[in-house]
Amino acid sequence: MSKPNVDEEIPIPPPVESEFPLSPAQVGMATFLCSEAAFFSTLVVAYLIYLGEDQTGPTPAESLSLTRAVINSAFLLGSSGTIMLAMNARKAKSLNGFSVWMFGTITLGVLFLVGTAYEWEELIYQDGLTIGRNLFGTTFYTLIGFHAFHVTLGLVLLTVITFLERAGRLSAKSEATELVSWYWHFVDAVWIVIFGVVYWMGT
Amino acid sequence: MAIAETGQSSAASPLVTQLHGWVTTVDHKRIGILYILMSLFFLVVGGVEALLIRLQLWVPNNTLIGPDTFNQLFTMHGTTMIFFVVMPMLSGFANYLVPLMIGCRDVAFPRLNALGFWLALFGGCILYTSYFTGDALYGLGSAPDVGWFAYAPLTSPAYARGGSVDYWILGTLVSGVGTLTFAVNLIATILTMRAPGMKLNQVPLFVWMMLVDAGLIIVAFPPLTAAQIMLLLDRYAGAHFFDTQAGGSAILWQHLFWFFGHPEVYIMALPAFGIISEIVPVFSRKVIFGYASMAAATAAIGFISLGVWAHHMFTVGLDDRLDAFFSAASFLIAVPTGIKIFNWTATLYGGRLQLRTPMLFALGFLGMFLIGGLTGIMLATVPVDWQVSDSYFLVAHFHYVLFGGSLFALMGGCYYWFPKATGKMLSETLGAWHFWLLFVGFNLLFGPMHIAGIMGMPRRVYTYEAGQGWDFWNQLSTIGAFIMGIGFLIFFINLVLSLRSGQKAGDDPWDAWTLEWATSSPPASYNFEQIPTVRSRRPLWDLKHPEDPDWKYE
Repeated sequence: MSKPNVDEEIPIPPPVESEFPLSPAQVGMATFLCSEAAFFSTLVVAYLIYLGEDQTGPTPAESLSLTRAVINSAFLLGSSGTIMLAMNARKAKSLNGFSVWMFGTITLGVLFLVGTAYEWEELIYQDGLTIGRNLFGTTFYTLIGFHAFHVTLGLVLLTVITFLERAGRLSAKSEATELVSWYWHFVDAVWIVIFGVVYWMGT
Repeated sequence: MAIAETGQSSAASPLVTQLHGWVTTVDHKRIGILYILMSLFFLVVGGVEALLIRLQLWVPNNTLIGPDTFNQLFTMHGTTMIFFVVMPMLSGFANYLVPLMIGCRDVAFPRLNALGFWLALFGGCILYTSYFTGDALYGLGSAPDVGWFAYAPLTSPAYARGGSVDYWILGTLVSGVGTLTFAVNLIATILTMRAPGMKLNQVPLFVWMMLVDAGLIIVAFPPLTAAQIMLLLDRYAGAHFFDTQAGGSAILWQHLFWFFGHPEVYIMALPAFGIISEIVPVFSRKVIFGYASMAAATAAIGFISLGVWAHHMFTVGLDDRLDAFFSAASFLIAVPTGIKIFNWTATLYGGRLQLRTPMLFALGFLGMFLIGGLTGIMLATVPVDWQVSDSYFLVAHFHYVLFGGSLFALMGGCYYWFPKATGKMLSETLGAWHFWLLFVGFNLLFGPMHIAGIMGMPRRVYTYEAGQGWDFWNQLSTIGAFIMGIGFLIFFINLVLSLRSGQKAGDDPWDAWTLEWATSSPPASYNFEQIPTVRSRRPLWDLKHPEDPDWKYE
């Protein structure tokens, strides 16, 4: 192998392939969200399997209110918009703009939870729908409950990340804020599925 | 390439400091070793349970172990072996090897990695705490006794009062979350942290298979978690998911469980395939045959394995068309698996075989896994399944797959990478004894189960009547079990002796070609002094043979 070849005489570093388009943290978050999607899919499948199988009421059509669900959806979908604006403000290095939009996001998230609380209060005390009442109750409270739990968790994350940003505790390179927004968008996407499956189909 | 050891506690530091170092470690290599130690511990526990089961079945109408205890034993044996032996062992290998093989300094999220290990360990502890609850609140037994797949309605509050089932649920749930963190970490590491120049189609096949494996974990574990949460809600919040009296469905549990359970079989098998794909070429002194088809077959197995779960449910009485679909899908998975077997065989063909201990285990794997695969095809045939489902034939089948397959490969991996992790060689003599005792014992234990099963012996019976022709086969099995026990004893002796006074290994005792052999044995905490640049699938070959590097041909 002694051909006078430039490649062999000088150990040129190999052509380094372009880096993977996502950072480790982004891949990690995306993978985690995939597993979350698998989790929620299971709950949705369980809901769909038992839909209409009940011998006793209340049924979704009797007890769910589409209007309330639409209002609630507006809160949550709106919060996806505001968090996007917050991210844009962050990119533009406007800490105040970021804080304002994050505050808006958190407010909308809280309003969504309040809406859910009103819905549950009505379901439990007026319709008598509990988790043990029938299959609808069982699957409904499990699915909606886990989603609401994720929203709650998201609100905690949003609050913490906003304070950290304001306190300047995050380095400029930190991806935490962006990843929290991914999580929030995911929670929102799950809600769109729930809206279609539970409220749209049910009423 | 010896690199001076810094940063790790030296042998001179006091024991407490060393132990503290292990408990608080976030080094992927140490976490890998912790995983493997945990796995070996539970291997002993699950093995003793298996020996007790075999002792009880030694003669007909045996009264050594009562039916209640027997039910607990097979439940704990199955759960332990799957969740707390094979899973941590494969996590251990992946943790230790993947960063070394792709040439990086640690996994993407070292602290998450440590969390995953501790969750796995605590999961095991939660499961075994059940034994210490005495007879619990209702005097209804301590350990879970519902089988490793915990079918409804056995787990319903009516049939499983007391806390035993909850220990099963929580133990596997907690360790399952740990497994998920492991998978997230692995995918992020493999996708984003490869050494410069190493393309995704140049990673060692073990890494490729772990990538697919982690993908399967991401898809298959959350449904189990969801199902277990539903079960907890049924048990404690009055929900009706699996409660047939309120319109719920016991079949739903079976679907959800096996939607996890069947991919889980491949989650346990793919790392074994990966280990074999590393060992076979090195000890045949040849490049692996058909790298690309091997990688593609892995992806195909991963994909198809998500659509075969109901072949565990042929006897449930599903729709015939469903049975036909799942039967056909199960046949289909034999194609990529067959491709793998042929690739390994073709790698062996014409090679200069070196029958060192890792290679013995690899060859044992090939034979045993082939048998397990073939009985798998038999069981995927609906009418055959109707005849032998839930018989000892099935028990024989999945032990050929999981023990003859996964565990043989993992044992081979222990012999292959022990020198890297410790700097000492495992004794070849004891290794050969270990292998042959295991191989003979294994076939003596599980081979006769095929026959006992076809003769009608159901699984999970605590005893049987004489005169059904089962006695002889059961005695063979029990003898085989104890031969295997001796084999494992020799393995543990080998581990201890070799660690103390084994031959020095050097950096690259097998003259191998992947990056983990390019650094010192054991590697420094930072793995590589200089991150290597990679141009081919065998970077170390390129280093050793600059006159004839691989990248010219790939």
